[in-house]
Amino acid sequence: MPVDRFLTRRLRGVAQAALFAVMLAFVSPAAFAAGEATPVAPDLELESRVQSLSHTLRCLVCQNQTIADSNAPLAIDLRNQVREQLAAGRTESEVREYMVARYGEFVLYRPRLSATTVFLWFGPALLLVGGLAWLFLRLRRRQDEPVEHLSAAEHSQALALLKGDQSSPEEPRS
Amino acid sequence: MKAKFLVPLFLFFVLIGFLAYGLGLNPREVPSPLVGKPAPQFQLAKLDAPDTYFGLEDMRGKVWLLNVWASWCVSCRQEHPVLVELQRSGLVPVVGLNYKDTLDAAKGWLRDYGNPYVVNVVDMDGRVGIDYGVYGTPETFLIDQDGIIRYKHIGPLNRDAVRNVLLPKIAELTRAG
Repeated sequence: MPVDRFLTRRLRGVAQAALFAVMLAFVSPAAFAAGEATPVAPDLELESRVQSLSHTLRCLVCQNQTIADSNAPLAIDLRNQVREQLAAGRTESEVREYMVARYGEFVLYRPRLSATTVFLWFGPALLLVGGLAWLFLRLRRRQDEPVEHLSAAEHSQALALLKGDQSSPEEPRS
Repeated sequence: MKAKFLVPLFLFFVLIGFLAYGLGLNPREVPSPLVGKPAPQFQLAKLDAPDTYFGLEDMRGKVWLLNVWASWCVSCRQEHPVLVELQRSGLVPVVGLNYKDTLDAAKGWLRDYGNPYVVNVVDMDGRVGIDYGVYGTPETFLIDQDGIIRYKHIGPLNRDAVRNVLLPKIAELTRAG
């Protein structure tokens, strides 16, 4: 029966899609992240401070992740350092200094404003403003350019063309 | 004014130049803020004698290398023959910092591949590693007579780096001392 076969084929298609979706779910980053349970500080306020500070520190192993996002062994160690030091009563900026002293400014996910990073911070805005200024000047200069008027001969030729007069000798035939 | 149309082309080549330069950089090599500063203090158990401790002060007065390694580290295996050669040459003592390893695995490694270290200390939980800003083994620090870090090599040492970078620096430091 053709209808039956159509249905089974349809069902098989659905089953394959579902299987694929399940496989995708397993390959998703969330599945990878499900590693060992990270030690959690007993009080939630401290833990939220640990989390927010961890989100500002770069993991040097997987450089485009923060130590909060990464599960590299070093990131776990550094998170534990952050937790330990905050628990010992150090301030956020002290912990940040501790990290910078060991790993350099690169460890800060948000680079500090200094002589070497000034272009990084303001370069894009500078390019935008500069580009707009350049465009504005160009347009103004173009406006100031005198419009060339047609001579009498050109004027009559144009009129003839508009009228559809084919006798004009200059008109290209195509 | 005739060549004005060449300006975008020129800018394009400037951009290409920057990109080509960037392509040659190694993003894994993050310059250490510790170079030129006193090496962080440590006092750790020796690998072959867990009851005895070894620290930074024990190397005072010498120009030496601190090599961070682990038996689980693949590139450490790659640099190992270079360290063995360096040890045979007798030019510089190498202290091993066994980083986040297990004692048995570390001892087995030294037994199997040879021991290029004058002494090995155990940094089981990686705390000293963090103090030294270690983020990827192997890493090698050149430390002078006064305990100042003079140079840091990130990644496996090779013969080129030893001959052209490390040995000249060591010779210079030894002369200065």
